[in-house]
Amino acid sequence: MTTSKKNPAKIVIYIMIIAGAVLSIGPFYWMIVGSTLPSGDIFHIPPKLIPGDYLAKNFQSLKESLGIGKIFWNSLFIALVYTGVSTLISAMAGYAFAKYKFKGKNLFFFIILCSLMIPYQVTLIPLFEMMVSFNWLNTYQAIILPSLASPFAIYLMRQNMQAVPNSIIEASRVDGAGEIRIFFTIILPVVRPALAAVSIFLFMSQWNSLIWPLITMNSKEMFTLPVALSSLIGMARIDYGQLMLGTTLSTIPIMIFFLLLQKHFISGILGGSVKE
Amino acid sequence: MMSQVEKVVNNTTNIRVKTKKSFLTPKNAPYFFIGPAFLLILIFTVYPVISSLILSFQEVRGVEKSFVGLANYSRLFHDPIFYKSLLNTFQILIIQVPIMLSLALLIAVGLHSSMLKGKAFFRISYFMPAITALVAASIVFMILLDEHFGLVNYFLSFLGVESIQWLTTPFWAKVSVIIVMTWRWTGYNMVIFLAGLQNIPSELYEAASIDGAGKVKQFFMITIPQLKPVFIFTVVMSTIGTLQLFDEPFILTHGGPNSATMTITLYLYETGFKFFDFGYASAIAYVLVLITAVVSWVQMKLVGDLEE
Repeated sequence: MTTSKKNPAKIVIYIMIIAGAVLSIGPFYWMIVGSTLPSGDIFHIPPKLIPGDYLAKNFQSLKESLGIGKIFWNSLFIALVYTGVSTLISAMAGYAFAKYKFKGKNLFFFIILCSLMIPYQVTLIPLFEMMVSFNWLNTYQAIILPSLASPFAIYLMRQNMQAVPNSIIEASRVDGAGEIRIFFTIILPVVRPALAAVSIFLFMSQWNSLIWPLITMNSKEMFTLPVALSSLIGMARIDYGQLMLGTTLSTIPIMIFFLLLQKHFISGILGGSVKE
Repeated sequence: MMSQVEKVVNNTTNIRVKTKKSFLTPKNAPYFFIGPAFLLILIFTVYPVISSLILSFQEVRGVEKSFVGLANYSRLFHDPIFYKSLLNTFQILIIQVPIMLSLALLIAVGLHSSMLKGKAFFRISYFMPAITALVAASIVFMILLDEHFGLVNYFLSFLGVESIQWLTTPFWAKVSVIIVMTWRWTGYNMVIFLAGLQNIPSELYEAASIDGAGKVKQFFMITIPQLKPVFIFTVVMSTIGTLQLFDEPFILTHGGPNSATMTITLYLYETGFKFFDFGYASAIAYVLVLITAVVSWVQMKLVGDLEE
C-alpha cells in the first residue's frame, strides 16, 4: 500500500482538498478577525487578516446598542433549560415506546410519527394566537414549551432504547426496584451516548431558532441572539465591527457544546435510522 | 374458613403495602413516562395543526373570524408572489441539494482514503461551518458578498471577473442563497457520509481489488451501493430542510430583489406576521404540508423502487 511516488493526481487532489478547506474555514476565520476590527476596517482592501485591537470597543458598543449580556443570557438560559427538559421528556417517552406494552401505544406512536412529518410552519399561527391569549408574548415559556416534546428526539431515543436488553429491566424488577428507579439509575446511564447525541441536536436547533423567537419576542430585552443580530441588520447604519463580534459570540456556545459531546453526535443521529 | 380467606386477603394487601412503595406498576408506568411528551404534543402540535386547517377556511379581521370556504385557496392560485415563492423554493432545492451532497460525498471519499495526510485537520476544517450559528453564517456572507466592498468580488477581480451584484439582482441573489446554504451544510453531510464510509467492511474492497477492479469501479460497485441508506437519509433531511427554508433568505435579502428569493416559509411569515392575514397564511401553510407530503411520498416510492 505504499504509493510514495509523487504522481500528479495526488498533487491535484491535495490542492483541491486544501482549497476546499480554505473556503470552509476562511469565512469563519474572517468572522473572528472582524470582531476585533473597527467597522471601517472590515471592508478594507486588501482584507485585514490579522486581529486588531478593537475587541473591547466593539464589545462596549454591542453592550450599549443591544444589551448583549441580557440577550446572551436569554439565549443560553432558553437553550439549556430546553435541552435538559426536552432530553428527559424524550428519553422517558422513548423508553415507554421501546420497553412497555400498553393500550394506545400504536396510536400514540402514530401521532408522534405524523408530527415528525408535518412542517412546523403549520403550527405558527395558532401557536401565536395561543401565546397571545395566555399573555405569554415576551416570556421564556413561550419559546421553550411549544417545541419541548420533539418527535425527532423521541424517535431517536426509542431507537436507542430498543437496544437495551430486557433482561436488565426484568432483573431489577425482581430485585424490587421501582419503575422510576429503573429508568433513572439503570436505563439512563446505559443510553448516555444517545442522550448526548439528542441533546446536541436539541441544543443546536434551539440555539439557531430564528422564526419562532422572532414572532414571540418583540421587546428588545427579551430578544434571543439570532433575533437581536437580525435586528442589527435592519438598522439604518450598521456597525459592522459590533455585528461581527455578535456573530462570533453567537457561535461560541454551539462550538463548546458540540466539542464537549461530539463523539456521540453521528452515532446518535444515525442510531437505528441508518443501520443495515 | 371465612377467617382464612380474610387472612389471605389481608396478607396480600399487607404485601402490597410493604413492597410497592412507588405508585407505579409496570402496567401504569408507560403512561407516566409518555405523559409529558404526549400532553405537550397534544396541546402544542395536534391542536394547532387542526386549528390551522380551520383557520385556512376563514378570514380573520382583528378578533373576528368568518368562514369563507375555499376563498383563501383560490386566492393562492391567482397570487403571483406565491407562485414565485414555490418556484424559488424548488429551484433552490433542485440545484442546491445535489451540489451539496455530491460535494459532501467527494470530500468524504477524499478524506477517507488512506493516502491523505493531515486527515484530522481537514476533517475539522470542513466541519467548521456546521458549528457556526445559522444566522451568523448568513450575516458573514451578507458582508462578504457586498457588491462594492465585499471580499468575494475583490478576489474575483483577480480572475478578471467584473463586480457581481450578488444581493441586488434576482439571479445572483438566488445564487447567493445557494452559496450560503452550501457553505453551511456541506461539512455536516460530509461527516455523515464519512461515518457511513467507515462502516463499509474493508474486505469488500480487498476482494474487489483481487478481482482486478480499479478505484473508479470500486467506487461505483461498492461505495455507492453500500452508502445507499446514508444517502437516503441525507437526501430526505436536506429536502425537508430546503422546503422549510427561511433563515438564509430572511437575513441575506429579505426575499428580494423582486421576490427572487421569496420562499414558502418567508411568504407565510410575511403574510401572517407583517400583514396579520392569518387565514391566508394558514392556507399557505397547508399547501406546504401538501407539498411536503407529496415530495416525501415520491422519495419513498423512488427508494422502494430502487430496493427491488
